[in-house]
Amino acid sequence: MERAATAAEPLDDLLPAPVLSLQRAVRFGLIGGMAAVVVAAIGMVETFEARTLIDPFLALGLTTLYLASFTFGFVAGSPPPEREGFAKPKAGLRSLAAGAIAGVLAGVVLSAFMLLADAVNLRNIFVSVSPQLLELLTFGKGLGTGILLVLVVSTAVGVAGSAVHLIPAQVRRPIMYTVMWVLLVGLLQSVIEPVFRGLGLPSLIDVLYEEAGGLRLAGVVIVAAAVFLLSFFLGGKGRALQGRLDALPAQRRRSYISILLLVAAAIVYMIPRVVGPFLSEVLDLAGLYLLMALGLNIVIGYAGLLDLGYVAFFAVGAYTTAILTSPNSPRFTPEMTLWASLPFVVLAAALAGLLVGTPVLRMRGDYLAIVTLGFGEIARILLNSDALKETFGGAQGIINIPNMVIGPLTVRGPEVFFYPIFIFAILAGYVSLAIQNSRMGRAWMAMREDELVAETMGVNIVAAKLSAFVVGASLASIGGALFAVKVGSVFPSSFNIVVSITILVLIIVGGMGSVPGVTVGALALVALPELLREFNEYKFLMYGILLIFMMLKRPEGFIPSKRRALELHQDEVLQDAWLQIYGDEETGPQEEGV
Amino acid sequence: MPLFRTEGLTKSFGGLRAIDSLDMHVDEGEIVSVIGPNGAGKTTFFNLVTGLEKPDDGVIEFDGQPIVGLVPSQIIKLGIARTFQNVRLFPNMTVRENVMVSRHCRTRSGLIGAVLRTPAFRREEEETRRIAEDTLGFFGTRLVGYRLDQLALVLSYANRRRLEIARAMASSPRLLLLDEPTAGMNPRETVEITELIGKMRDEKGFTILLIEHDMRVVRGVSDRVVVIDYGRKIAEGTYEEVAQNEQVIEAYLGRPAEKGA
Repeated sequence: MERAATAAEPLDDLLPAPVLSLQRAVRFGLIGGMAAVVVAAIGMVETFEARTLIDPFLALGLTTLYLASFTFGFVAGSPPPEREGFAKPKAGLRSLAAGAIAGVLAGVVLSAFMLLADAVNLRNIFVSVSPQLLELLTFGKGLGTGILLVLVVSTAVGVAGSAVHLIPAQVRRPIMYTVMWVLLVGLLQSVIEPVFRGLGLPSLIDVLYEEAGGLRLAGVVIVAAAVFLLSFFLGGKGRALQGRLDALPAQRRRSYISILLLVAAAIVYMIPRVVGPFLSEVLDLAGLYLLMALGLNIVIGYAGLLDLGYVAFFAVGAYTTAILTSPNSPRFTPEMTLWASLPFVVLAAALAGLLVGTPVLRMRGDYLAIVTLGFGEIARILLNSDALKETFGGAQGIINIPNMVIGPLTVRGPEVFFYPIFIFAILAGYVSLAIQNSRMGRAWMAMREDELVAETMGVNIVAAKLSAFVVGASLASIGGALFAVKVGSVFPSSFNIVVSITILVLIIVGGMGSVPGVTVGALALVALPELLREFNEYKFLMYGILLIFMMLKRPEGFIPSKRRALELHQDEVLQDAWLQIYGDEETGPQEEGV
Repeated sequence: MPLFRTEGLTKSFGGLRAIDSLDMHVDEGEIVSVIGPNGAGKTTFFNLVTGLEKPDDGVIEFDGQPIVGLVPSQIIKLGIARTFQNVRLFPNMTVRENVMVSRHCRTRSGLIGAVLRTPAFRREEEETRRIAEDTLGFFGTRLVGYRLDQLALVLSYANRRRLEIARAMASSPRLLLLDEPTAGMNPRETVEITELIGKMRDEKGFTILLIEHDMRVVRGVSDRVVVIDYGRKIAEGTYEEVAQNEQVIEAYLGRPAEKGA
């Protein structure tokens, strides 16, 4: 009945808005409960609990656990999609009710699990379901009170999740940012502390953090206030700034941009000095992955060739460098410098690209993926084999790869190594962007779209495929060379399939074809698990969850290239929408462009 | 000497003779329509010419040069470009890029040039862009302006057809093969395309070989009509001549019932 009021609004010929389904809330509550149980049963809660986020009361373990209630409360409370001819659905009390239902049910499922774990010994199957875990889940208050608490907390969190929809849109974003940043700052204590120390602000650490770990309440307030104010006042100003920069005369714009670049270069120069050796090491690793991800991005994102054996080219680069530079190389010992060997490294990788590319010229899609997967394994097994031990050193690998030398400088240690990796990653990014809008880039994209038509329109498919493989292989080989020199030795075990898969995940999560996306992907997916050791254990689980989530909800990646975003959400801007924006075909503003 | 000529062209799929010793020619500057009932082998004929299928037997000559055995990318380079019956664009590329792709065979810059942004690369890129936009301008205001940066997949059906024709035109062909350019278009659009086909020959100097089912289009543009049935040429001549031909009428309408049966 209350819906009739909505229908009486100005657009009174609309049908009443569809009502939020509470049945859906039940379903999501049960799913959320299951998710919470899984998180607890595989030991994530207990492992993560060691990291305190906000000093006395919030640690990562229970946060992760109740994230399930929050997420599914949020989903259950989200208003139904708007439909043509219907009034716009609004979030209201019903949303809160849905969130509460989801929260309660998640709590019930979790409680059932706790009762089960208490009654039966589950440790034979789930090693992590220990009495300690149970104590953690019951907040140390015994089973009876504990279950009551779980139900209350889960419901409250579920309602909180659904309440997000009730917050007015203008403040929703600042509030969400604030919460996220507070949690993030709490989480990244081990990153932020050395940075502050490097910046010469150790006193700030004591204000923000408890010595034993976790944000102090004062720290929470400071971070929250800073983020809230910044996002409230600066939100959306970035675009305006960009617009003002574009409006400047070319001469002045160029000088502004060069100043910005100089500042950026100075900051980059400072990074390893400020963050210290451990963080530099992590950044180096992320940079190497970034370099390779940019290469694979050309093969998969541009040319559409799903290559799962990309690690082979990384290995070729690393081993060629090792053989050419190390005095301990078993067969050939030319003992070149890194720079002298680099052309040969790229050449070897290009040959390897041809070697892999030629037999798979006629394959597409899944078949190509399987065959290249095989090639990746072949490379590792060959390097490991006894038959080729004379050349590659078998399982003992090749050691004593000399350091990189630039003029009088010897590049040693993660802090200094940051610079060459950074420079090569920038170069790879530039090459990717430059090729994208060129004759070959277009040929690759045409081939990705429709091989037969591309061929008919003049693209030599053989040349296009092979060149994509060769360019991708070359970038990977430079990554391999840097890796070999950085570590000082190469072993076959470093080049397993996991490397290929990780790089692929980076591309998919970051955004296929998008250079900034791949960069953020490398930082978040490679660097983060290194920084937070407890994440490392569950890294692949998280990659898997993330991949499934991305495929379902954001197939264009978190920071998509403009093009991919267009492709995948095209249904929203079909012809009619364009006509609405641009007017009738004959009279539309497009004629201005003629 | 004709610009394009086939002799004894034959292609079978299993037991089916799709093209059966077909002899035909197209002179420079001509517009020739190939017509015939469904399944007569018209599209197969185009596929043979553009290298997508290999003939079992016979000769295809373009500009005095045999082209049997060449791959499609070599054939478009020689100057034969085509469109497809069921429009096949690059859906996730922009309108402009779709057309720029077909300049591939007329340009030469490679990866190194692109990375170093050499003057030659920039000049060529600029020219490719200009030619693409000029070619799209051939269709009036329909494919230019904001549409240049739209993805091909958002275009209306008729615009997709136009874009496909533009893509073929941009490769600077001498012979343009159009496979049912007006299929699925409304009468107004059909008239427009008919006029454009004439304009392509007169202004751009293309020689045009056309498959078409719409007889108004065929009558409107053709210098000569070739009728194919069961892969064989059954008639050839002006539209009027062909329309009177009994074999043609039979192929389209069937044999009259035997009297007294």
